[in-house]
Amino acid sequence: MSAPHKPLPGWADVALIPLINVAAAFIISGLVVLAIGENPIEAVKLLVGGALGNLEGIGFTLYYATSFIFTGLAVALCFHAGLFNIGVDGQAYIAGLGAALVGLYLPLPGYSQAIVAILAAALFGAAFAAIPGYLQAKRDSHIVITTIMFNYIASALMGYLLVNVLRRPRQMNPETQTFPHGGTIPQLHELLKPFGVEWPVTPLNLSFFLSLIAAFVVWLLIWRTRLGYEIRAVGVNPTAAVYGGVSPARITIVSTLLSGALAGGLAVNVILGEEHRLVLEFTAGFGFVGIAVALMGRAHPVGIVLAAILFGVLYQGGAELAFDKPKISRDMIVVIQGLVVLFAGALEHMFRRPVAALLARRVSQPPI
Amino acid sequence: MEIFDSLVVIFASAIRLGVPLILACIAGLWSERSGVVDIGLEGKMLTGAFAAAVVATFTGSAWAGLLAGVTASVAVSLIHGYASIDQRANQIVSGTAINMVADGMTALIGNAIWSQGGRTPQLPDSALFQPISLPFEAALAPVPILGPIYSHLISHHDLITYFAFAIAPLTYWALYSTRFGLRLRAVGENPAAVDTAGLSVRGLRYGAVMICGVLVGLSGVYLSLAQAAYFQPHMSAGKGFIALAALVFAKWRPWPALATCLLFGFLDALSIRMQGAVIPGLGEVPVQAIQALPYVMTVVLLAGFIGKAIPPKASGVPYVKER
Repeated sequence: MSAPHKPLPGWADVALIPLINVAAAFIISGLVVLAIGENPIEAVKLLVGGALGNLEGIGFTLYYATSFIFTGLAVALCFHAGLFNIGVDGQAYIAGLGAALVGLYLPLPGYSQAIVAILAAALFGAAFAAIPGYLQAKRDSHIVITTIMFNYIASALMGYLLVNVLRRPRQMNPETQTFPHGGTIPQLHELLKPFGVEWPVTPLNLSFFLSLIAAFVVWLLIWRTRLGYEIRAVGVNPTAAVYGGVSPARITIVSTLLSGALAGGLAVNVILGEEHRLVLEFTAGFGFVGIAVALMGRAHPVGIVLAAILFGVLYQGGAELAFDKPKISRDMIVVIQGLVVLFAGALEHMFRRPVAALLARRVSQPPI
Repeated sequence: MEIFDSLVVIFASAIRLGVPLILACIAGLWSERSGVVDIGLEGKMLTGAFAAAVVATFTGSAWAGLLAGVTASVAVSLIHGYASIDQRANQIVSGTAINMVADGMTALIGNAIWSQGGRTPQLPDSALFQPISLPFEAALAPVPILGPIYSHLISHHDLITYFAFAIAPLTYWALYSTRFGLRLRAVGENPAAVDTAGLSVRGLRYGAVMICGVLVGLSGVYLSLAQAAYFQPHMSAGKGFIALAALVFAKWRPWPALATCLLFGFLDALSIRMQGAVIPGLGEVPVQAIQALPYVMTVVLLAGFIGKAIPPKASGVPYVKER
């Protein structure tokens, strides 16, 4: 094996390689569609049409994207500290409990109801992430394993609470009653109505703007603050960070806390923005989509927002596609998601060597 | 006597629920002992289950199904191996990718072929691994205590179950008493030393990853061709992750792995049995509490409160040969 990677020009590193990686994932997805006997080009047309072809589709696309921005940021923040938080799904699930407890039992005046519910979601998500974070920092328990375990613990705990404790009386479904004190996040069509704008009824709500603010704050935090510098230092080289006076244990705990709070954004979007009650398994695996989003967006907030919108298109368009072409079920989106993780994450350097060789050859050719 | 009977029933179901865990756990043990972390057990189990069900459906042969299930799982293992060993990828990311692709792909293809939401058709008994009766089952049946134990716990299981119980001692022997095992353990602790001795780190790790693929593939075959008679999307239902928990709980050792998987299988059987049951003095035990117990136990162990689980030193670390 020669030196792992020849240096690439900056543009190739930032744009070309990620594009090739994602293209590989989509080409293979196209081959899969072909293999099950459908036309991939037609499928893409239906998918994009369903997601972006009308305002209703766009509303749903951005609603999904909101969830993915939050979970993508949660995963990415831990990436910067060199940690792999697989527990975003469970943290978001518990965050939903925080939001629901406020919605069910804590009547507050006016807007403060929603704000306290949002804070409660962030707090519960952070607290649930703090345990694996603390165990990693102080007891050296591998955070990947503990967060996987915590996903299942969250699932069991919420299952118990929803079936036995919080369930609406005289109701079979494991879900709470609709939050009696309001405190929900307004949806876009409600907001635009007073201005005479007819936006179709979609679950898109103000959380979308909250997620964009969160993305900006994460960018500020990581690249413009002392804490962010320390997080990156620990992520790159914990030993060197210690020499710089940074405590990796503290950074580990702080990063997981912030990550869990960001995971709470998924609960804010789904529970406070759309469902207005707590339902079983509302996270729907979106915490794991965050892994694909963070990898595809290369852990940068701008990349994450773009990747989240792409996944929003896939989820919304995929639902429409499955309706028109029952053979291409919604599982196709999970396949694409996995392939993106494979090519943009695990095999991210696979195309680097050939591309470097190709570029080097072109540069070294003497101009005639 | 009634308690004894229900105990036998619970233990028998613990064995049935423990078998896929044992196979997947020992599979993970091989991989991780060589230094390749594998959180993709779940996805490979699902792949194995699906391939086995599809081929058994078309050929009507359980053995053809087994071969297909194991082959498919090994193929997926090789992708993980290529990413982990040759591409020096983050092994957690690679495992996550495998879990996602397997979860989506099996459901997608199953649905595309049979249009039953991803479920494959019910298989006839001839395409399944049937329980086999060991000698003297009928003769021993009337004997109290011994009879039910023999006929329910020892006899009357399928071949994969017996193989699963044999695999722990076999692995123990291979890892601790053969040259290959010594080298494999060394490569998971200190690959540079193995390299210096003139052995191929890459070859050993690929070997381990393939053994892992065979075993976890078998656990999938067990799910679709022995426990059930069809494939259903997401049918592994987190068993790959419980096996991973068991591996940590057993501190990466074969005999404790067998014991832990049986314990987790027992907890699973108990949680099914305890549904709605009331314990005097305690009231109704929430099923979810029993279901969460394996995970809680593993976290507590990982936290170092009861002993310490120390993974192989080089696990998860790609080996870069010095030049």
